[in-house]
Amino acid sequence: MSEPILSIRGLSKTYRGGVRALDSVDLDIRAGEIFALLGPNGAGKTTLIGAVCGLVRPTGGTITAFGQDLSKDWRRARARIGLVPQELATDMFETVWRAVSYSQGLFGKPSDPARLEAILKSLSLWDKKDVQIRVLSGGMKRRVLIAKALAHEPELLFLDEPTAGVDVELRKGMWEQIAALKERGVTIILTTHYIEEAEEMADRVGIIQGGRILMVDEKRAMMERLGTTEAVIDLAGPLAEVPPALAAFGVELTEGGTRMIYRGGNGEGKGRAEVAQLAQALTRAGIGYTSLDIHDSSLEDIFVSLLGHKSEAA
Amino acid sequence: MYFNLRSAYAIYRREMSRAFRTAFQSILSPVLTTSLYFVVFGTVIGSRMEPVGGVSYGAFIIPGLLMLTLLGETTSNASFGIYMPRFTGTIYELLSAPVGVAETLVGFVGAAATKGLILAAIILSTATFFVDYHIAHPLLAAFYIMLVAASFALFGFILGIWADSFEKLGIIPMLILTPLTFLGGTFYSIRELPAPWDAVALANPIAFLVSGLRYSFYGVSDVPIAVSLGLTVAFLTICVTVIAIIFRTGWRLRE
Repeated sequence: MSEPILSIRGLSKTYRGGVRALDSVDLDIRAGEIFALLGPNGAGKTTLIGAVCGLVRPTGGTITAFGQDLSKDWRRARARIGLVPQELATDMFETVWRAVSYSQGLFGKPSDPARLEAILKSLSLWDKKDVQIRVLSGGMKRRVLIAKALAHEPELLFLDEPTAGVDVELRKGMWEQIAALKERGVTIILTTHYIEEAEEMADRVGIIQGGRILMVDEKRAMMERLGTTEAVIDLAGPLAEVPPALAAFGVELTEGGTRMIYRGGNGEGKGRAEVAQLAQALTRAGIGYTSLDIHDSSLEDIFVSLLGHKSEAA
Repeated sequence: MYFNLRSAYAIYRREMSRAFRTAFQSILSPVLTTSLYFVVFGTVIGSRMEPVGGVSYGAFIIPGLLMLTLLGETTSNASFGIYMPRFTGTIYELLSAPVGVAETLVGFVGAAATKGLILAAIILSTATFFVDYHIAHPLLAAFYIMLVAASFALFGFILGIWADSFEKLGIIPMLILTPLTFLGGTFYSIRELPAPWDAVALANPIAFLVSGLRYSFYGVSDVPIAVSLGLTVAFLTICVTVIAIIFRTGWRLRE
């Protein structure tokens, strides 16, 4: 694996009052990937982002970005990092153009109107460039924040709940924009409550709870390892017990023997293939059925299951 | 030490544009208020007053009134400039940028001081319509005004970081700076106060500022100009030190 673009080791943060928001977090982010950080409210996602971006002072650990220790060489590293915050925090009385121009200058970049024009056009904000931000819709304000974060051409971009409060259509539009950023080589770390967002976009997923990283893996590998397929088969007539010919499928009977349940697979097609074999086996055994319903577990199912297990363990 | 000029200029330009966006509040309002002082105390009442230290009363009060506006406006502008991003959450951008204490101060404090200097220039120009005056040491006056503007812009910056409510933001300028300026010899010479009030008046640090500016205008002062300059430079140094500590510790800026 190539050198990570961001490397976090033993990162801890305890707020005044004793709340431990981060507890020895280790995390490596690869260049060019989209990394989704998932976790319930208060899990430590925003604190983790804040620690990397300079908003939060860590109480322990090290952060290395672009091979430079952030506690020492923070200027050069920060010039290459962008942040879109969770809150719609911007000067509402500024025009869109002035706001993005300010961001470009603040990060030490020379004035580049052509670059800003391209960013605003890519975010469908060009026709609003001379409009005060306060009159824009919520979705547009969020896009202004993205435009501000892109004004200095960051190589590493943090998106903290980028689609919170955004309608479905606009959310899909933002996914396309985030995918386009990745195409341009930008490494993206996003936190989200919408698991489908991570499922749609992320290359890798990290799950954080109680300030600790529970799991980090490729999205596909995670689904393969933890994903399952469930099939519900309503039988034409009741069965007293599972026939020996079907025992290998690990099915069980419910509803007085009129419903057969299959649980297995890996979330990557194996389960569906086994259900097809099960249907053929039912036919061969002369067992009729009236309906067959298949459901693959989503990343959300895995997420909920994982957090549930951890809570029970605690 | 590394200094990012573009970052500092971006902050400075934005702060200046904020001032012009609210020109009535930032510029016209203090100029109008000070002009009314000139009309009432300089022209109407001043015409019946005896000269003070050989200076007509209308001209005598100009440095004090200028100081009154300069202290209040530079403090308020700088405090508001840093408090608002904290209040609205837009401070995230400043904190996540490759910007240190030097760029931040040049941007915020420089803009607040510039606004103070613009106000001072307008007030001095306006005063010529009401009062006949001549500045004895113009270079010293310009330097002293800049020094005071920078010092109190720094002080305002600290205030804006300390304040956690709009009420606190207004307390120092309204309840401390304005009364101290009024009592610091704006409308009278401290030397003319009866004992022990002349000594008591010198416990007011603003009296040294008013006196210093008055010396640069008319060559007369209640305390030696070197003392006024020394105290102002010391105040500026203390403010810079406090701000450097704030940035190092992240007090009220970083969680």
